[in-house]
Amino acid sequence: MSSQLGYARLYKPKVRLLWWLSRRSYLLFVLRELSSVFVAWTVVYLLLLVRAVSQGEAEYERFLHRAASPWLVVLNVVALAFVLFHAITFVNLTPQAMVLRVRGRRVPGRLLAVSLYLALFVVSAFLAWLVVG
Amino acid sequence: MPRRTVEPFVWLLFSGGGVAAALVLPVLLLLFGLALPLGWIGAPEYGHLLGVLRNPLTRLGLVAVCTLALVHWAHRFRYTLLDGLQLHRYDRAIVTACYGGALAGSVMAAYLLFIAV
Repeated sequence: MSSQLGYARLYKPKVRLLWWLSRRSYLLFVLRELSSVFVAWTVVYLLLLVRAVSQGEAEYERFLHRAASPWLVVLNVVALAFVLFHAITFVNLTPQAMVLRVRGRRVPGRLLAVSLYLALFVVSAFLAWLVVG
Repeated sequence: MPRRTVEPFVWLLFSGGGVAAALVLPVLLLLFGLALPLGWIGAPEYGHLLGVLRNPLTRLGLVAVCTLALVHWAHRFRYTLLDGLQLHRYDRAIVTACYGGALAGSVMAAYLLFIAV
C-alpha cells in the first residue's frame, strides 16, 4: 500500500470552522498562536524605524511624530500586550519543552523559567540603556 | 530508510525565534512604539542612535533577531491558518506566502542594517 493511499484512507473527523470559540482554553491557544502576527508587526515596525534613521535626522523625527498618531499608538499597545503574552507563555513553556542537564542532573523546570525571566530583565535593561544612554 | 524532512530544522528555528522575540522585542516595542513617541522619556539624539545602529554587533544582532522572529511568525502563523481556519487544502499557497514573507523580511533587514544605515 502506498503511503499516499494510506494517508487518504485515514479517518478525518469534520471540524467546525470556529472550534476554538467553544472553550476558554482553545481560545487562549488561538490567541497565543495569533501573538506571532504581532511579533512580525514589531519586526516590521523596527525595520521602518531603521529605514527612517538611515534616511537622515528629519526622517527620524518624522517617524517619531507619526508614531504618536492615535491609530499607531493603539496598534502598538495591542501589539505590546500580545508580545508580552508571547514572552510569558514562551518562558513558561520552555521547561516543558526542554530538558537541561548539568553534570548529569536535570535542572528543575522552575529554575530554568526563573533564569529565563532573569535573562528577559537583564536583556531589557541593557537594551534600554543602549538606546536611551 | 525514512524520508528526511526539513521539519525538525524549521521547528528549531521556530524555538530560537520564540526565545529571541521574547527577550528582545517587548522592550524595543515599549521604547520605540510608546515611550519615545509619546514623550514619556526624552528621545535619544539622532547621532547616538545612528552610532548604535552602525555598530557591527548591533547590525548582526538585529538581523539575527529579525530573521529568527520572522521564521517564528511564519511557522506559527502557517499552523494558525491551517488549524484555526481549517485551510488544509491551501497548505502549499500558505507555506509559500509565510516562509516567502519571512525570507523577504530577512533580506530587507540585512539590506537596511548592512547597506542602508
